[in-house]
Amino acid sequence: MSTFKNLGFLGKCLGVRSYVFQFRFRAKDFPIIPGLIIFLFIFMACFGEFLAPYSATEGNLQDKFLPPFFQANGSMTHPLGTDMMGRDMLSRIMVGARPSFIVVLTVIILGGFGGTALGIISGYKGGTADVVLMRVVDVTIAFPIILAAMLLSVVFGPSIQNVIISISVIIWSRYARVIRGEVLSVKEKDFVSQARVAGCSGLRIMLRHIFPNVVNTMLVMLTLQVGSIIILEASLSFLGAGIPAPTPVWGSMIAKGREYITIAWWIPFFPGFALALVCLSFNILGDWLREAMDPKLRQI
Amino acid sequence: MSILLEVKGLKKYFPVRRGLIFAKAGNWIKAVDGNSFSIEEGQTFGLVGESGCGKTTTSKVILLLEEPTAGSILFRGKEISKLRGKELRQFRSSVQAVFQDPFSSLNPRMRIGSIVSEPFVVNTTLSKKEIHKRVEEILAQVGLNPDTARLYPHEFSGGQRQRIALARSLIVHPSLVVLDEPVSALDVSIQGQIMNLLKDLQAGLGLAYLLITHNLATVRYMSHQIGVMYLGKIVELGPVEQVYGKRLHPYTKALFSAALPSHPDLVKDEIVLPGEVPSALAPPPGCRFHPRCSSAIQICSKVEPELRKVDPDHYAACHLC
Amino acid sequence: MTVDFLEVKNLKTCFFTRWGTVKAVDGVSFSLKQGETLGLVGESGCGKSITCLSILRLVPQPAGQIVDGQILLEGEDLRKKSEVEMRKVRGAKISMILQDPMSSLNPVFSIGDQLTEAIKIHRDLRGKNMWQRAREVLKMVQIPSPELCLKSWPHQLSGGMRQRVVGAICLSCEPRLLIADEPTTSLDATIQVQYLRLLREIQEKAKLTLIFVTHDFGIVARMCKRVAVMYAGRIVEMADVKKLFDHPAHPYTEALMKAVPKMETKERLATIAGQPPPLWDLPPGCIFAPRCPYVKDECREQYPPTVEIQNGHSLSCWKYF
Repeated sequence: MSTFKNLGFLGKCLGVRSYVFQFRFRAKDFPIIPGLIIFLFIFMACFGEFLAPYSATEGNLQDKFLPPFFQANGSMTHPLGTDMMGRDMLSRIMVGARPSFIVVLTVIILGGFGGTALGIISGYKGGTADVVLMRVVDVTIAFPIILAAMLLSVVFGPSIQNVIISISVIIWSRYARVIRGEVLSVKEKDFVSQARVAGCSGLRIMLRHIFPNVVNTMLVMLTLQVGSIIILEASLSFLGAGIPAPTPVWGSMIAKGREYITIAWWIPFFPGFALALVCLSFNILGDWLREAMDPKLRQI
Repeated sequence: MSILLEVKGLKKYFPVRRGLIFAKAGNWIKAVDGNSFSIEEGQTFGLVGESGCGKTTTSKVILLLEEPTAGSILFRGKEISKLRGKELRQFRSSVQAVFQDPFSSLNPRMRIGSIVSEPFVVNTTLSKKEIHKRVEEILAQVGLNPDTARLYPHEFSGGQRQRIALARSLIVHPSLVVLDEPVSALDVSIQGQIMNLLKDLQAGLGLAYLLITHNLATVRYMSHQIGVMYLGKIVELGPVEQVYGKRLHPYTKALFSAALPSHPDLVKDEIVLPGEVPSALAPPPGCRFHPRCSSAIQICSKVEPELRKVDPDHYAACHLC
Repeated sequence: MTVDFLEVKNLKTCFFTRWGTVKAVDGVSFSLKQGETLGLVGESGCGKSITCLSILRLVPQPAGQIVDGQILLEGEDLRKKSEVEMRKVRGAKISMILQDPMSSLNPVFSIGDQLTEAIKIHRDLRGKNMWQRAREVLKMVQIPSPELCLKSWPHQLSGGMRQRVVGAICLSCEPRLLIADEPTTSLDATIQVQYLRLLREIQEKAKLTLIFVTHDFGIVARMCKRVAVMYAGRIVEMADVKKLFDHPAHPYTEALMKAVPKMETKERLATIAGQPPPLWDLPPGCIFAPRCPYVKDECREQYPPTVEIQNGHSLSCWKYF
């Protein structure tokens, strides 16, 4: 019973229903194709394993280097061809969506929400905590993510956890700084003073009044950054500091496929293409979201 | 008439910080510099002055949004800065506020039912049904349709938003409502509606108001007592009719003459004050008004005048009174 | 027969939006002789600011368009001029002071830079002559130390000073017509008095024609010789200021004057029922009919023609037809 109450409160904090109202006028501009691509991506991440026609990790060496169906020698049994180990490319790409998605989701929660929370606390409370946190942010922002990930993988060995940790640890600072800026201006609004006059605790004010008014910015940052996070994860895998074999990961597939590009161009191409499509779709969605949420950008 | 709120020797200084990491206070902005006044039950005290005179800061200290640097504020005899727990909650239920800007005083992401009920939710433990009932009651009392509780602030006009803000402040049955320029941001015809509503509610509910404004006609219409502030100090204090009838302090005279006439035939000679209001960082020595005062004498630049009784109930801080 | 200095005939300005066509100005006509001051009074959304922007042809495009009417400045129709020709008119013949001095001044340029920009464009002065003129203009608006001011930045000046600087920029090229759009709304009462007196002095010296846009009848009583009252995009009444205050004929004017608190009395403020109509959905017939206490059947059918009830006093109301 109380979980329901808390969920309801959470929903109110996210200000869910007021979004629906805001989006009313923008619905017709919704980018349909990128939306579909993203939906497909998430769908594959969840169910790719069960829907893939072949195993993504085991292959038939006799079937290696089969070209995609539209080339000579290709057939619909392996529509996107096979790789150097005889594994079906289509299945590998479908299953490969999952690690990218997991990384993105966890980084969003840890880095995005975590950074936002710290930004809100820092901006609202101010004082020494704020000063100290912002100096930490200053240092963290300057640190290159790839270097951090490589360091972690050298010390602890490459794994999906290390990728998530290294990306989150660097990304949170960007959110913290931007959200803190927003909080500084929201804090001055009369309704926050009114909440204090009503006797609301600091926690209630931060959750119920400040967060819903900065969540716009956070969501837009998230959607625009998803593309970067995926590419980052792929780059790390490409460099060998990311998710290790045998998990099929788009980044490593591109890396391993590099040496075969002259004889079997489809091995690095299709994972790269999938990566590019997903990133582009998130970027376009992020642009639409930013315009839809900012009333000042609405054209008369 | 019992005294509801008593302010004694209130001072609020803001430090001007220098330094990047470990900021040290260099100078002080003396926003409020030693004021005393009291508000009686069911009456309106109008605090008048121009921008920068410290009236908003005074209201913020009374609302416990800022801590006073010195002085005491007694609500029903109890010092408010020392209140904790249950007593603090009681204070919060007794003293509420309505601010100037109808567009930033309502959270754009909350429905107005939630906005209006928030002080109630935070300070009491009533059931949802009871809260809902009270919300409908209070919305009707301020002249809004109770069915509109589901709507969002942007669906209302400026005047309606001020009514919502008023409903929010009244839902906890307060004894004192601080009104900080409640009608300045509204259209002329709506101002009248809101002022009438405030007066009716005062008569019906026995509310006391601390009305902060720069508009002298509004103060005349609504207040029983008036305090005129200049650069952090109250320079004249008394019942409205007396102060309006006989202005003692030179600044009050200038302020009243600056109020625009309501008919071209009533155009009279204006007292045009030279210069600008000095900075609160470095107020002039002696009487703060003396550099702009046409009647200043030698003592005015040396000794700061106290707020003294000149006529029954009528006080002024001037060496010439 | 002398040509009126400014003659606006049946001006109509619309905004074409995705929610419909907004008739911001719906048939406004008035004329001004040189040296006269016209007050444009009305509440927010009545179209007074858009009227002024239309005269200068600065209506925000592409949504806003002047769809009908003539704007005759000394006999020349401003609507027929090209953009290049209008640029020669703006600043040199007609100038406009806006409400918020902080956004009228560019925060990243010094006062000197902004002042000399207008002088450079219209007077074609350079070097020493240009700066000399800048100093003269600052003295004209009674800024105490012009040299210091020229080197200052907008944020270093107070509100009153900024508004004087804006006035200086407007007057630097000696325009014949000055439009002031609520220039004193953001100023304190005593500063407002200074500023209005300054405007009156400058007007007398330079024989400026002045259009003063405001919602404050007090300012109108002090500053204007003739007044036009606007409601929902039209002028509903126009008269000499004394006649208007003595006998407000149009029901809206009457109601508006009764809704404003006055310093002299404490009688209960009258209120106007209802809300102003949305400008994209104006009611048929008289636009004030839904709120008018004297409404008759014919009011809802057709908009009343403009009638002159006395010399110089005209209005649009079926009561006087």
